[in-house]
Amino acid sequence: MEDKLIIGKFELSSRLFIGTGKFSSNAKVGECIKASGCSVVTVAVRRIDFETPEENMIRFIPSDCILMPNTSGARNAKDAVRIARLAREAGCGNWVKIEVISDNRYLLPDNFETVKATEILAKEGFVVLPYMNPDLMVAKALKDAGAAAVMPLGAPIGTNRGLRMKEMIRILIEEIDLPIIVDAGIGRPSHAAEAMEMGAAAVLVNTAIATAYDPVAAAFAFSLAVKAGRLSFTSGAPKSWQYAKASSPLEGFLDSLTD
Amino acid sequence: MAIVLNGKTFDIGCPITIKNLLESKGINADRVVVEVNYQIIVKQEWDSFLIGDDDQVEVLQFVGGG
Repeated sequence: MEDKLIIGKFELSSRLFIGTGKFSSNAKVGECIKASGCSVVTVAVRRIDFETPEENMIRFIPSDCILMPNTSGARNAKDAVRIARLAREAGCGNWVKIEVISDNRYLLPDNFETVKATEILAKEGFVVLPYMNPDLMVAKALKDAGAAAVMPLGAPIGTNRGLRMKEMIRILIEEIDLPIIVDAGIGRPSHAAEAMEMGAAAVLVNTAIATAYDPVAAAFAFSLAVKAGRLSFTSGAPKSWQYAKASSPLEGFLDSLTD
Repeated sequence: MAIVLNGKTFDIGCPITIKNLLESKGINADRVVVEVNYQIIVKQEWDSFLIGDDDQVEVLQFVGGG
């Protein structure tokens, strides 16, 4: 049986999603996407700066990638809904990552406003992937509100601290019948593999790739880690034991030499 | 006659279409979205919809983000 990840009627070829912020150049974004083989990429929506207009970064994203605009900048559900509608009108599909943040120190998402925004946007036909602080009751509400997946944070955005919320994420994976995509805080490929081994459906990585010494190599490394972690999960990791169990046979030994 | 364009006051001589406004600013219309007074104006209307005095106009694009 094939192991497929299907979200919003799309069968995704990769379980690594990449964020496009903080890169040194748009060209580097394109190289990293290619190196990683990822199929979902996040972008943000911002006012054009008429004094110094930026080149259109969409041109650097392969056309077969799914674009997932985030609602970064939104401080409440109303903001998020407005940004999502604007993003859809810009003509890059109907996926949206809901990101509602009014905490400036830890950038933790506002779960309450995220649920409200999810309900409105799901009814308008968006494929909604909400970024949330892992909480089982909120995840249930997001599912009821029509989310296509749930994206709990591993650790605060940009901290590279790994799966600080591991236990809460594990509970979501166990209890919520939706893809659970760990988003934020993943700092190393080993964190990504850890999330996948737990049964996460995918991971979203931005800072750890964009700010790596060699972002292209990092993107490739993350892609390998995600694949390895997923294979480990589907192949069934063995139990762990307190006492040693020999790996070589216990018969046929040579007699031990004594003085 | 002035509008608020991306948060800043901007003088326009007379009502102007969105298409002409973008062209005057050298903005390529690809993957750009425009909102006037909190209403999204679809691309098909850009060469007919007139922006006038006191209108709040937002012109947005996609940028890198996580």
